[in-house]
Amino acid sequence: MPLYRDEGIVLRTQKLGEADRIVTLLTRGLGKVRVVGKGVRRTKSRFGARLEPAMMVDVQCYEGRNLDTVTQAESLASWGDVLARDYTTYTAAAAMLETADRLTEEREPNLQQYLLLQGALRSMAEGLHDPGLVLDAYLLRALAIAGWAPSFHDCARCGAEGPHRAFNLAAGGTVCPVCRPVGSAAPAPETLSLLAALLAGDWVVADASQGRHRREGSTLASAFLQWHLEKGVRSLRLVDRRDPDAQPRLDSRVTWAPAPLSVVKTVEEAHAAAQAQA
Amino acid sequence: MYEGVVQDLIDELGRLPGVGPKSAQRIAFHLLQADAIDVKRLVEVLTEVKAKVRFCETCGNVAESEQCRICADPRRDGTAICVVEEPKDVVAIERTREFRGRYHVLGGAISPIDGVGPDDLRIKELMTRLASAEVTEVIIATDPNLEGEATASYLARFLRPMGLRVTRLASGLPVGGDLEYADEVTLGRAFEGRRLLDV
Repeated sequence: MPLYRDEGIVLRTQKLGEADRIVTLLTRGLGKVRVVGKGVRRTKSRFGARLEPAMMVDVQCYEGRNLDTVTQAESLASWGDVLARDYTTYTAAAAMLETADRLTEEREPNLQQYLLLQGALRSMAEGLHDPGLVLDAYLLRALAIAGWAPSFHDCARCGAEGPHRAFNLAAGGTVCPVCRPVGSAAPAPETLSLLAALLAGDWVVADASQGRHRREGSTLASAFLQWHLEKGVRSLRLVDRRDPDAQPRLDSRVTWAPAPLSVVKTVEEAHAAAQAQA
Repeated sequence: MYEGVVQDLIDELGRLPGVGPKSAQRIAFHLLQADAIDVKRLVEVLTEVKAKVRFCETCGNVAESEQCRICADPRRDGTAICVVEEPKDVVAIERTREFRGRYHVLGGAISPIDGVGPDDLRIKELMTRLASAEVTEVIIATDPNLEGEATASYLARFLRPMGLRVTRLASGLPVGGDLEYADEVTLGRAFEGRRLLDV
């Protein structure tokens, strides 16, 4: 089979040589594949823009000895362009793409993961829900498909009917007072309800949740993912979470004033220092 | 496998970007056959470049002193700063001879999947430069790819409240290309950025 055609979502790209890129695609039929896009970094490339992360494409590839080569690519959905216009959605989408990359294997078809990622990217690009909620819902459901479905109601160890207050990563979710291991977390009941709603796709409950429960839920969802993956997901550290309860981070009425470089460590600190001086 | 110093040379050359084992072997044998004076000149240039060249303290571009040639030039327009990812982007823009302002090199683009966040780039140095009342416009010239666009939107979020004119390089059709081969994203951006024909 020298030539094959499939639809897929671009998970990541890596520079190769002078003007090429290695493109990692999660395809509908073949699972994850790594292909070479020849000359896609040149401004005159015919399909360079179609092989950017978060793009959904119909690709035709030629099988090679090590890596396959893209011969044609047509856009099916260009979510990447929309997502990159907002930093919050960009970082959340990057975390979803990296998670998909980590949870799938090369040349092992995984239609459920493909459809889940497709739905999550579409939802995020359309701005239907808070990007942080979409990300957490994606993480929980992707883990569930991978066989690590967390429990947010019944005891994850003995199955005793809930609701239970304690949450333990190693046990796989909420645990009853009898099974509760030492060091288990005790999140707010509303946080557990939010996580259960995200896992089940109950967006009415999720959208109505409060900021502090979303923050706690995000921490638990990220920790649950990191626990089950052997290597951490780097993008999660950089996700720019929107806090619905907080004031806007940048106040446009504040004029900029110089922040001494020596006393600031981060960009956030630089801006905070300038605001304080103003 | 070759023995001793020849293999060491091939190994060292093979560590350069874009040089595979075959190319490394070819370059090594070219150097072995070259005149001693040519090889000596190459060695001197390599030593000199490593000793002399550093990054400009103001903009992050490559320089041979504390400030690069552009930052040290008083004839350059100090009211406009063009923000680029890499020093090679400065060279590309300089070739156009369209821009007479100054530059700021970020040192990359925000890429969460590669673990590169805003604090890994020279963004806080840019903020400090912009504190100068002289600057009125920031031109964001990051690459027109996902990471470049996201970096541009991140910068715009910080720069707009400062009352500066924040602009982004236009995206569109390459000169000399055929319209039918343009992809939807590029063509869509060309439509977004269309301008009035002033004839």
